[in-house]
Amino acid sequence: MEEARRVISVIVLNEASVLSRISGLFSGRGYNIDSLTVAPIPDSKYSRITIVTAGSVRVIEQIIKQLHKLIPVLKVYEHADLVEKEMAMVKIPLSESISDIEALAHAYNGRIVNVSHDTLIVMVADEPHRVGHFVEAIKRFHPKEIVRSGSVALER
Amino acid sequence: MQISGAQMVIEALIAEEVEVIFGYPGGAIMNVYDEIYKQNSFQHVLTRHEQAAVHAAEGYSKASGKVGVAMITSGPGFTNAITGIADAYMDSIPLVVISGQVPMSLIGTDAFQEIDAVGISRPCTKHNYLVTDAADLARVLKEAFYLARTGRPGPVHVDIPKDVTAQIANFDYSKEVELETYKPTVKGNARQIKKAIEAIATSKRPLLYLGGGIINANAADLVREFSKMTQIPAVETFMARGTLHHEDPLLISMLGMHGSYAANMAMSETDLVIGLGARFDDRVTGKLSEFAKNAQIIHVDIDPASISKLVNAHFPIVGDVKNVLEMMMPLAKEQIDPTRYEAWHKTIANFNKLHPLSYTEEGDRIKPQWVVERIGQLLGDDANISTDVGQHQMWTAQFYPFSRPRQWISSGGLGTMGFGFPAALGVKRADPKRVSINITGDGSILMNIQELMTAVEYDLPVINVILNNNFLGMVRQWQTMFYDKRHSSTDLSIQPDFVKLSESFGGIGYRVTTKEEFDFALKDAVEKNVVAIIDVAVNRFENVLPMVPAGGSLFNMMLEYKEK
Repeated sequence: MEEARRVISVIVLNEASVLSRISGLFSGRGYNIDSLTVAPIPDSKYSRITIVTAGSVRVIEQIIKQLHKLIPVLKVYEHADLVEKEMAMVKIPLSESISDIEALAHAYNGRIVNVSHDTLIVMVADEPHRVGHFVEAIKRFHPKEIVRSGSVALER
Repeated sequence: MQISGAQMVIEALIAEEVEVIFGYPGGAIMNVYDEIYKQNSFQHVLTRHEQAAVHAAEGYSKASGKVGVAMITSGPGFTNAITGIADAYMDSIPLVVISGQVPMSLIGTDAFQEIDAVGISRPCTKHNYLVTDAADLARVLKEAFYLARTGRPGPVHVDIPKDVTAQIANFDYSKEVELETYKPTVKGNARQIKKAIEAIATSKRPLLYLGGGIINANAADLVREFSKMTQIPAVETFMARGTLHHEDPLLISMLGMHGSYAANMAMSETDLVIGLGARFDDRVTGKLSEFAKNAQIIHVDIDPASISKLVNAHFPIVGDVKNVLEMMMPLAKEQIDPTRYEAWHKTIANFNKLHPLSYTEEGDRIKPQWVVERIGQLLGDDANISTDVGQHQMWTAQFYPFSRPRQWISSGGLGTMGFGFPAALGVKRADPKRVSINITGDGSILMNIQELMTAVEYDLPVINVILNNNFLGMVRQWQTMFYDKRHSSTDLSIQPDFVKLSESFGGIGYRVTTKEEFDFALKDAVEKNVVAIIDVAVNRFENVLPMVPAGGSLFNMMLEYKEK
């Protein structure tokens, strides 16, 4: 069966153990999580969890039903119509061309955010696949470390 | 009301009208046990193993329809209980399991008898709680009972650190449960129900596929009424035995791996499956791509995750099966012509005639199926029947004349050996007027044999009938059939003297080798009314038949097996 990338957005009660309930649901069934982000929703008792996973239609359908079944889950959104963003930060030696790096970051909604005595950190925020392109392109500047945030998504 | 956490547990159990709990004390739960000692509102039954405490609570719940309660201590007390919790989860049995935990200050330090209990119980409970403040206890316990019994029922685990049971806080149990994130769908969708009834009215060979959810929903009476009114024939899953009376002409039999030929053929030939509270388990469906191939599927279930999980439903109806049936009845009365299915009835009658469930008497040894039938003849409706797991369990499901829901108590989903005896204790506690029989095997009975002591102490006279073939029979059967008779670790020729074993605990025992001896033993045990073991020497190599080999198609059954 065809495996498709899916973004699932889950609104949960912001309480201890809720993340283990969600991640356990995936691990116990052998489903993989590509990325997962979680943060409280301001001025509420809820958090939003954004999960990127891959699976067949049947597997995804089952994941969503199982998510609904968890007691602290309020809502599950899973549809194509999500606005999705991801950010990444890259640490680069100061010996590289700063203006070239700046120009590249600019093309991906980013900029240099920190400079220390021998490295600089550049960040970008864009659609996940574009962040992937950026991470490829930045490799010519010999990055020392790369960190990606994982996707966050909001329904239109 | 300002009281301690331990007192809150007692107050909550009283408020929930709990009449009995099953448990085993230990360090971390001692504050609660101290309060149990001081009260007179409910009974505490001390089982001799924590696993048995949970199984007893399951048996009690299944026989009574109430929430079962088990209490254990931290660490090994809890890990011993987990098999029972997992069993209840698989069979949707409402339980509240309360465990002690090491004090908050020691959590995470590898303290004595510490284990991450909620971490372990998470995948096998409906929900669980680690209570970190006594002020939360009233709400948590109230939610626990509510969650256990509503929606798709299941076990809820509440883990309470020792210092929380000592902590004084305010206790107010009067508030209604408010769970914004938990709203089970009880009422079926009216449009889907209308479409389903239309599908039934135009079908030629409809088949009711009855599952354990009917028992949980107390909907058996309604199912009986519905099938009688529409004249639609029915098959039962293992979990649904007793939904229809065994003499009901519309009941074909059990379906599945060891279901009857007629039931499995009906499922293969039907053009419309009406699934009620069943979940299309692999032991029922056999090869999925061949299951009910010619049929459309109506699937009524309280759990949306069960619908179209394995078999795609054409008419999915999420709701409580009782509620949905109540909505279906008036429409069915109007639209369904009960004379429409006469040709279908004839087809099924032919299936029944062709290969009825049967066994052949041979030699002097008692056949295990005879024992099951005989218990049915002698006790019938007057007995509640629990079983362990294996061949004896399948023979009981096939041959016992069940006449009512909640008469049949067995571990279906998890298949837990050692379930039967403690469950039968809980059954006896819930329904003391009826005889509580545990039909078991020589393998299973030893997995919770220590419960003889509980039975004697609390006067719970369960009658254990061992179908003794000196084998782990079901595994032996598979080894004979599929592993070229390599009987690896299944020969149980070395056995205790079960008569003396029972007597040493204060029970009674019978060694039975003839039918006359069996009749005497059973009647005598019923009369003496103390816990008993009836050890019946049965044919060693009897197989459970018919059989759909794992992964095979329902219509392709092994009807007999000839040794190669």
